[in-house]
Amino acid sequence: MSRARARTRTQVRRLTPPRLSPRDVLHVGSAGLRARPMRVFLSALGIAIGIATMIAVVGISSSSQAELLRELDRLGTNMLVAKPGEGMFTGQDTRLPKDAPGMISRIAGVESVGTTGDVAESVRRSENIPKGETGGIVLKAAKDDLLGTLRARMASGTWLNAATGRFPSVVLGDVSARRLGITEPGQQVFIGGRYFTVIGILEPVPLAPEIERSALIGWDAAEQLLGFNGHPTAVYERSADDRVAAVRTLIPRTANPQTPSAVQVSDPSAALQAKAATEGAFSTLLLGLGGIALLVGGVGVANTMIISVLERRHEIGLRRSLGGTKGQIRIQFVTESLLLSGLGGLAGIALGGAATAVYARAGDLPWVVPLWAVTGGFASTLVIGTLAGLYPAVRAARLSPTLALAAG
Amino acid sequence: MTRAHLTTHPTTLPATHPATGPTARPDTVVELTGVTKEYPGGVAALRGVDLTVTAGELLAIVGPSGSGKSTLLHIVGTLDRPTAGGVRIAGYDIAALSDRSLSALRSRHVGFVFQSFHLVPGISARANVAEGLLYSGLSRAERLRRAAEALERVGLGDRMDHRPHELSGGQKQRVAIARAVAGAPDLLLADEPTGALDTASGESVMELLRELNRDGATIAVITHDQEIAASLPRQVRIRDGEIVADRSPAGVAS
Repeated sequence: MSRARARTRTQVRRLTPPRLSPRDVLHVGSAGLRARPMRVFLSALGIAIGIATMIAVVGISSSSQAELLRELDRLGTNMLVAKPGEGMFTGQDTRLPKDAPGMISRIAGVESVGTTGDVAESVRRSENIPKGETGGIVLKAAKDDLLGTLRARMASGTWLNAATGRFPSVVLGDVSARRLGITEPGQQVFIGGRYFTVIGILEPVPLAPEIERSALIGWDAAEQLLGFNGHPTAVYERSADDRVAAVRTLIPRTANPQTPSAVQVSDPSAALQAKAATEGAFSTLLLGLGGIALLVGGVGVANTMIISVLERRHEIGLRRSLGGTKGQIRIQFVTESLLLSGLGGLAGIALGGAATAVYARAGDLPWVVPLWAVTGGFASTLVIGTLAGLYPAVRAARLSPTLALAAG
Repeated sequence: MTRAHLTTHPTTLPATHPATGPTARPDTVVELTGVTKEYPGGVAALRGVDLTVTAGELLAIVGPSGSGKSTLLHIVGTLDRPTAGGVRIAGYDIAALSDRSLSALRSRHVGFVFQSFHLVPGISARANVAEGLLYSGLSRAERLRRAAEALERVGLGDRMDHRPHELSGGQKQRVAIARAVAGAPDLLLADEPTGALDTASGESVMELLRELNRDGATIAVITHDQEIAASLPRQVRIRDGEIVADRSPAGVAS
């Protein structure tokens, strides 16, 4: 008796089912998919749409942000603008002194200075247009290295120089040019009773939107031809990056020693930085939509798997009779579900990446799809695949091998 | 065939050395004692069945539908457990084995042939036969090699790459038989193997089973067909869950 029992026990130990190799697991897990490609396509499509939406939402906002950051990088964050502020008492002279630009340029660390001064004249297409129709265009006298300090670029024509700055020549901001209907240099605009020749048009100047809506003439021409008072209304300066804070505290006293409180100093790049930050915060609503699509896709996969188990009772029975364990049946169906959703995930990543590429190409943005979005998206499809496949797989494994074979 | 031996040469046993080792091919392949199977609701499919099958036998388990022969097939094939009674298959006491171990036992010791073949559509005959060895622990290359061997043995050496839909019914059943014998099981269970075939193909399938038996395979054919049963050396007649006759050429009846 005891000998018999001992024999049985050793035999029990020997009857351990061998493990399936990973390759074999992949083989049995994909067998069902290979047999029904159309169904695979449709149920993977649900997952793909969800992932594509999420990748595209993240990708598009990241691309926009990358563009802003690239722009910010080009424009630099080391520029400050000094403008006349509000005086504390009415009637107080808050104008910047005429020598303010020179003083600011002598602050340690300041690398370049550009100055504009508002001129009270309207800019019109011709003398026939009423004087009141300014089109919101401000005439400014420009001096020093305004173009360089703003890192602005000419869309066409040339910038003012010592010679043209003396004559009735004008450079238009891009908004001004559009409002005036000026498309190329050489045309003329009517300013203060005489025609000025447009010698250049600027590209947009993100750090100084007020320049975009202005017409710029030479300092000398403004004083001689239009009676400009010579007081600057904006002094733009660029300094070394590590001196920005120090320069900022020095500007008011330097620019207007009599009334430092009447000088307003601002950092135009701050607004751009804030914009970049909000661009990065992609639309939660769209992301939520993608999540719902993903969830619906997951339900689709679960549904497909349940139908697959019902249809393949014979196969399950056959595999059990061939020696497949419950665990091996389970892993087969979980693998199938994982493959199904994983395929959907990969297709979704490709689709979302392509959508981002189209958007980036159309908007001339850099193509950015963050790695965390790709890995996160793919990982979530694997989680969904596991969850969707678990219940059908457990059902499949629980099927009695005899029923599975006898059915239908 | 010791454990150490098995792990050193997992691919050469037991097919090529069926008679070596201390526990090689037990003389008694099937040993049922007082096997009863009752289903919930008091329906008894088997009532106290005693059945012994020794190695090398070719027998028919014959009975009308509803006689309990399918239940008997499931229990002998370890797909189901009896409500009462003892079952030893290939020397193993079924009651002492877990579901996992039973699966392992099936993969090594029992081969099934079904009436409706149960081939996987869309893959070749060779892949179908190799699929039968998937749970044996053999490498993929070895499975394919043995599949080719088994197909040669059933006379389908020239149909290896044909898919099931390109084969006749008789050929499909030969593929299924190849799948069942590829792992060199101790027991081959054929459930109505000719049930879906015309007379000629059915006869050739039976001839194949006889051939395999001559080469040493132990085969039990479950059938309702008296003629087929009569053509086999031993007939176990079952009716209403009981064995009513057990005839063999030697005239030994139990």
